[in-house]
Amino acid sequence: MSTIISTTVIFSILAAILALILTLADRTIGNYGEVKLTINDDKDYVVDGGNSLLSTLISQKIFIPSACGGKGSCGYCKVTVKEGGGPVLATELPWLSKEELDNNVRLSCQCKVKQNIKIEIPEELFNVKEYSTSVSKMEQLTNTIKHLRFDLGEEEINFKPGQYVQLKAPAYEGSPDEVYRAYSVASSVNDKHAIELLIGYTGGIATTYVHQYLKEGDKVHINGPYGEFYYHEDDGGPIIFAGAGTGMAPIISILQYMADNQIQRKALFFFGAKSMDDLFLIDKLNTFEKTLYDFKFIPTLSREESTEWTGERGRVPASIDKYIEKGVNYSAYLCGSPAMIDSIVEALLAKDIPLEKIYYDKF
Amino acid sequence: MIEVHPLVIFIASIFTSNMIFSNFLGMCSFIAVSKEIPTAIGLGIAVTAVLTFTTILNYFVYWYIVVPFNLEYLMYIIFILVIAAFVQLLEMVLERYLSSLYYALGIFLPLITVNCAILGVSLFMVSRQYNFIQTVFFAAGSGIGWALAITAMAGIRSRLSEKSIPEGLRGTPITLIITGIMALAFIGFSGMVQIQ
Repeated sequence: MSTIISTTVIFSILAAILALILTLADRTIGNYGEVKLTINDDKDYVVDGGNSLLSTLISQKIFIPSACGGKGSCGYCKVTVKEGGGPVLATELPWLSKEELDNNVRLSCQCKVKQNIKIEIPEELFNVKEYSTSVSKMEQLTNTIKHLRFDLGEEEINFKPGQYVQLKAPAYEGSPDEVYRAYSVASSVNDKHAIELLIGYTGGIATTYVHQYLKEGDKVHINGPYGEFYYHEDDGGPIIFAGAGTGMAPIISILQYMADNQIQRKALFFFGAKSMDDLFLIDKLNTFEKTLYDFKFIPTLSREESTEWTGERGRVPASIDKYIEKGVNYSAYLCGSPAMIDSIVEALLAKDIPLEKIYYDKF
Repeated sequence: MIEVHPLVIFIASIFTSNMIFSNFLGMCSFIAVSKEIPTAIGLGIAVTAVLTFTTILNYFVYWYIVVPFNLEYLMYIIFILVIAAFVQLLEMVLERYLSSLYYALGIFLPLITVNCAILGVSLFMVSRQYNFIQTVFFAAGSGIGWALAITAMAGIRSRLSEKSIPEGLRGTPITLIITGIMALAFIGFSGMVQIQ
């Protein structure tokens, strides 16, 4: 017995001494004092040096998109470092193109703040916040897709229709680390105290969490909004929407925006699915057909065998070919898998729609 | 304690008892970081430095803490603890005062913590009952031997990179085969000096 006690005591003392030495070293050698962080040349912050740029920014309530949580394994948290970033690290190189290297783009989770530093980030990121929400509604739309509503309480979110947020899936059995995953907002921009998302089950870490562990009333952390995919007011002309599965989410948000603001633009929505079982929110879309200025919903089914189906069959590019004529100044909003978007972009280019009028969100 | 001259131990630990070629310790980083000569030399120097200092630290920890309190059965975990703390400390010092070397070593520096050659040398020091001077020479020699081995391997691999190697042998397999052949070559030194 005394052996066990003395062993434990000696071992603890030894570990404590080592920990003390390291703590002292961290306070002295690792202490870089206060440094000045300048963002976009006009905002100055005084921050403690020695931490990564990403965590320094988070401490100032500025959220940079990051899916891996600062491990350097997703390559999302890129920022332009104009001064004081030090040399590019080997851990960053796989994520940076030659052009990005020339423009001083860095991974903010790897780059350390050790001296006065000047960075540039998109203005919109100042609008990004972290919200603690609770699940107020959870509805199964199809076999694999859930419709969730998150209550923000007193907090307010301001976003553009089409943008996305990041949902934090905490550690659960079989997934030891918390992860962030991006989902487009499906609710109206006027619905400022809640966020609605469509989340499909793919077997991934976050979708497994949402589909198998999350219940109504649970607390969930969400940050956002992010993204360059949103409704462009000044394009004019008719709009083509195209998407599949949960890619419907941002399009619903844009349609809701058009309805709320009584926007007088013609719109077509091509929705790709396998069978009638994969269609959802049909009532909502039919309502839009009635309330919007000139809107048509064109679901296109690739594998429906039933003769009950009287709509379009085949793949979405074929429907686009059928409904879209050349020489009209369309703009297009696409949301879906990379393969689907590539094939649709090809079909749109064949209709002489310029690439700069095609907005898409690949996931 | 065994009466062997420290210089004999030094020479022997470089050539006849080389950590890689006779003990096959520290293989992971030896295989992973031996693609280019400059990085191999950098890591070799870092391993030599860490190995020498941690072994000296572990010498004092062993004789003045572990033995008096009969903690021999916890030796492994205590040695690892000391090594990990030392590498952490070294990382902070390098980052602050020698940042060019810090950036050159990059991810390999923290990996030294789990280099089994470093733990191996501390354990040999105990099992062979070296005194302080012998320990210092043994640790420095082992480090230099490891650095020599990885630099030689990097030289061979940088030449091999232009040669056509059968697909199934490319990368790690051919490296292990070469390591074996080099180990055979190092047996040639065995008549020179012997320790164990």
